[in-house]
Amino acid sequence: MRVPGMSAKSKNSDLPLVATANDLRTGAVVYRARDGAWQRDISRAEIAEDKDAAADLQQRAETDLALRVADLALIPIIRDGAFVRPAALREIIRATGPTIELPSPPPRL
Amino acid sequence: MYRYDEFDHDLVRERVAEFSDQVARRLSGELTEDQFKPLRLMNGVYLQLHAYMLRIAIPYGTLSARQMRKLAHLARTYDRDYGHFTTRQNLQFHWTNLAEVPKMLAELAEVEMHCIQTSGNCIRNVTADHFAGASADEIADPRPYAEILRQWSSLHPEFSLLPRKFKLAVIGAPKDRAAIQVHDIGLEVKRNEAGELGFAVWVGGGQGRTPMIAKKVRDFLPEADLIAYMEAILRIYNQQGRRDNKFKARIKILVHEMGEEEIKSAIEREFAAIDKSNLQLPRDAVERIERYFAPPAFDTRSNGAPAFERARETDKEFASFVARNVHPHKMPGYAIVTVSLKPIGGTPGDMTSAQMDAVADITEQYSFDEVRVSHEQNLVLPHVKLEDLPAVYARLHAADLATANYGLVTDIICCPGLDYCSLANARSIPIAQRLSERFADPVRQSDIGDLKIKISGCINACGHHHVGHIGILGVDRKGEEFYQITLGGSGDETCSIGEIVGKGFSSEGVIDAVETIVDTYLKLRESPREDFLIAYRRVGEAPFQEALYAHAA
Repeated sequence: MRVPGMSAKSKNSDLPLVATANDLRTGAVVYRARDGAWQRDISRAEIAEDKDAAADLQQRAETDLALRVADLALIPIIRDGAFVRPAALREIIRATGPTIELPSPPPRL
Repeated sequence: MYRYDEFDHDLVRERVAEFSDQVARRLSGELTEDQFKPLRLMNGVYLQLHAYMLRIAIPYGTLSARQMRKLAHLARTYDRDYGHFTTRQNLQFHWTNLAEVPKMLAELAEVEMHCIQTSGNCIRNVTADHFAGASADEIADPRPYAEILRQWSSLHPEFSLLPRKFKLAVIGAPKDRAAIQVHDIGLEVKRNEAGELGFAVWVGGGQGRTPMIAKKVRDFLPEADLIAYMEAILRIYNQQGRRDNKFKARIKILVHEMGEEEIKSAIEREFAAIDKSNLQLPRDAVERIERYFAPPAFDTRSNGAPAFERARETDKEFASFVARNVHPHKMPGYAIVTVSLKPIGGTPGDMTSAQMDAVADITEQYSFDEVRVSHEQNLVLPHVKLEDLPAVYARLHAADLATANYGLVTDIICCPGLDYCSLANARSIPIAQRLSERFADPVRQSDIGDLKIKISGCINACGHHHVGHIGILGVDRKGEEFYQITLGGSGDETCSIGEIVGKGFSSEGVIDAVETIVDTYLKLRESPREDFLIAYRRVGEAPFQEALYAHAA
């Protein structure tokens, strides 16, 4: 399990964070909302503003590893007005999909 | 082609049933992810950035039309209507649903395919020369030996938990088209002075973060000793390979640390001590496997190829295709056709289900029901009648598969990179696409001549950048994608590891940098016959460094 936001080297500059994972059944990228739902829209994700909130979010998210998701991570995000986006390129690509044109139509959801 | 016997069928069916149960137990919560992960990896299921990825083994890259159609069907039914051919001659589906994987495996088993040993610390899919059985320069067909090694290594209990993954490649010609010197074990089928068949054996090659060229440990290993000798090497590795550090666990590190002479002695001592009573390879067993790979019923009537000659004279595009993508066949009147999966601006190795079906039809009608996947992420029709080439070309053209760029600057090897892969640090596909577009002009490509560009999105080197004439490695520099360029690598029989030319480039700058390197080569080459690699080996890095960095000094 990768938890970059919660590593020993965690810095306040990593904050704020959201919880992301892959849906256990489909592998789709999902984010944990405040009501506990794992859904695909990062703008609906619960945002942990400080270290205590991040630890609490991680603890609650981990309970879903048994049945609902895999590869849980807390990732830094950037807020721009009402918009929320991941800070790292890797996570931007996870959130929005490959940056190349795919040979086929969009996904079965 | 090899056909499953009852043991193969039973083995694969049992594995499908076993994995179906494991998936059900994971989805019900009975298994944790930590328990499940090694089980799914043993069945080729990875979790990538956006979805599960299923890696399907294509032994020595050989497929029948029926198998290709099944891959097309899986792409359409379970994935996003395309697949990605890899540098290990395998196929990956990048958008797989875990709950559907058991059904996919059951469908694969119907056509004698599976995903076993496409991951994990075991002996992986055995690769081979993609021109095997067809090439004019061949000593012997390497596929029977690759098949014997596949059977020997499948679920081998002693070698299922090695220190790290283990890759074998086999060639049967002096020309190395399978990059054997950058494999854990590379085998070259050859004959000794008495005319007997055997192998030159190379050990300890590899790419990744510590690229190494393999050492030749035997110049001639008699055919009968193949399995016993492989066991000796694997035992030494299994006993002495490092398990404390994943990055130092491949056999190349062991070979490097022991030194060439000591590893040779250790292997020979182990080989001498092995009980060979069950490990000798009898000639009749080899012949039984060889029959599966017997040459097809070539038409030996010599009628010339008038339609082929006419098309070559009248159709310039066809003539260009023949000049680049068609190679001599050992049988007069036949040719080997490379189907490029590198359209200008496309993703190297990607193929839609419609294209797979089109190739399956062509394979059945024109290539004795056989198609190969090359480690260069192209397909090969191994046995096409010269007279049928215009028709084959027309069919490929209709399927957008007639790009005439084999071995040229736009025939780029490229890993999935950060667009798909959870290990990647940088994107590789967009770099390949922009380079392909930059050098799209066919006249310019032809003028540049043979040039292999290889791109990896991380140090694991799935894009083989270390052996690219021009290699590009994507790295993460403080959150930004950055690209290191190496020059002078080669995966052929003159194997060399590329040298870092200097400071890396941004994603914006790397395309211009490659163009500068190519333009520098064009200026310094002695003649168009001196290709990039030969010119580089003559002049070294200096002129390229000067062209790339002088203005910055």
